[in-house]
Amino acid sequence: MKPVLTPRSLFIALGLLLALALWLSLALGPVSLPLLDTLQAALRLLGAPLGGAELDQAELILGQIRLPRTLLGLAVGAVLALCGVAMQGLFRNPLADPGLVGVSSGAALGAAVAIVGGAALGGLPQVYAPYLLSLCAFAGGLGVTALVYRLGRRDGQTSVTTMLLAGIALNALAFACIGLFTYLADDATLRTLTFWNLGSLNGASYSRLWPLLLVTLAVALWLPRRAKALNALLLGESEARHLGFAVERLKRELVFCTALGVGAAVAAAGMIGFIGLVVPHLVRLLVGPDHRVLLPASALAGASLLLFADLIARLLLAPAELPIGIVTALLGAPFFLYLLLRGRT
Amino acid sequence: MLRVENLAVKRGPCTVLAEVDLALLPGEVLGVLGPNGAGKSTLLGALSGELPVAQGQVWLGQQALADWNPVERAQRLAVLPQTSTLSFAFSVEAVVGMGRLPHASGQQRDAQIVGEALAAADASHLAGRSYLALSGGERQRVHLARVLAQLWPGAAGQVLLLDEPTSMLDPLHQHTTLQAVRRFAEQGAAVLVIVHDLNLAARYCDRLLLLREGRPYALGSPEQVLRAEPLQAVFGLDVLVQQHPERGHPLIIAR
Repeated sequence: MKPVLTPRSLFIALGLLLALALWLSLALGPVSLPLLDTLQAALRLLGAPLGGAELDQAELILGQIRLPRTLLGLAVGAVLALCGVAMQGLFRNPLADPGLVGVSSGAALGAAVAIVGGAALGGLPQVYAPYLLSLCAFAGGLGVTALVYRLGRRDGQTSVTTMLLAGIALNALAFACIGLFTYLADDATLRTLTFWNLGSLNGASYSRLWPLLLVTLAVALWLPRRAKALNALLLGESEARHLGFAVERLKRELVFCTALGVGAAVAAAGMIGFIGLVVPHLVRLLVGPDHRVLLPASALAGASLLLFADLIARLLLAPAELPIGIVTALLGAPFFLYLLLRGRT
Repeated sequence: MLRVENLAVKRGPCTVLAEVDLALLPGEVLGVLGPNGAGKSTLLGALSGELPVAQGQVWLGQQALADWNPVERAQRLAVLPQTSTLSFAFSVEAVVGMGRLPHASGQQRDAQIVGEALAAADASHLAGRSYLALSGGERQRVHLARVLAQLWPGAAGQVLLLDEPTSMLDPLHQHTTLQAVRRFAEQGAAVLVIVHDLNLAARYCDRLLLLREGRPYALGSPEQVLRAEPLQAVFGLDVLVQQHPERGHPLIIAR
């Protein structure tokens, strides 16, 4: 299978796609703004002295609702796709997923503890509840991943296979615990829990956004520095060592990066599946597996795809809103099956 | 140059390799022979630093193998494993180009070396293909080109370890591959190669190490090692050894 695009043309196409996704994500919603007004209002938000009073409403909607939501989608999509690349590299399998190391289920468990536990304690103060939820989700993701990593280690070596199997076991355990919390929850809590598990970009605010933006930026700057090492790792662990790479450190860094990135994404937007799995795969089909191109391209494609999925989520049943996790799963699962079956012919 | 004295390797409580004294000399091709499970791959694993040694120490040049900076070590020591598990659609040139990762010789020079290494492994015609579309034998030659590119053009002080580079090759390419290895050794690198075919070993190796149950049984020139008695003792194989009518090296015929 030959790459169909040169890296240059792919980056141009992805850049345009992301620009379009950003524009539409800012313009469309329950109150649709004219596309040109959106552009002008966005420029005004950035400080350009443009337009008159007719733009005030647009600027308000943009600044208070659409922009944080769009930035959230951008960061979540990019970081999930980047962590997907990292995991597929670590497991040397193009069908691996960040969920394999337990970060998603750990985060979901953390959230369940916060939601159900918070309710049992008589309801948390409204001001702190969202922060506590994010914090618990993040800690849960990090904790379970650390445990999976620890279980995969023996004699100073990390066995990727053991990690994979430990991940399966801990995922099952985490979901059993989530089930237990679900069973204990009352109706209102149950609803919160269910919707959180389906993911949403709704209710984005700057204060919850910035930790994720920082993490995304760190992951996006750091992972490409390991692009060559990731390429070598695809040959095999001992091959990468013989090419002069510190493989144990690389594996540790990849797991940490994924725990941090996916943990922050899930904490901010709930469980959103298939982006980390499908996006790197898709980009690989277009330009081949070289991580020097794959990593930045996946970040761009992941951000665009998530923004489009969010557009579908908020427009399909407007003014009601579909959880975005449903949209990504509805699009992602058939695509994944297509990839599986395509390989057979 | 790579050397070990009194090397022993354990797997759990079992000693799987012991009493190995070996020095790989510049420009020399050393063949390792032995039945399945005799410790050939274990020896290669210990010499490449992949397996911890229970006794003895591996020296690369004047420095213990473990003390080398990983990148500098990779510039001197290349290892071809028995099988590879690459399951991503890299182009053939990209796979061979990975051999240049420990070097900073620049894109142009790297592309040139990749071409030369592919030619040396008789795999130039595979350039431009996807690695995943290749047959087992073709993949093996691409990986040979990769480890050759890693040390290219070859110099004294470098070491190449090959684990059964001919296992999946057709008869012609078994010969072309070992010829390529020989030519590479002539540039000064020390080569250790695990082979199963006694006649290939007789023809292309300067020295042979015969392993039995994790211990060296014989070490010497092909004429010294490939005799009926040691082969009977190590392989349990009844053979007739004659002289190759044209080349003079031993020719082993099973009775």
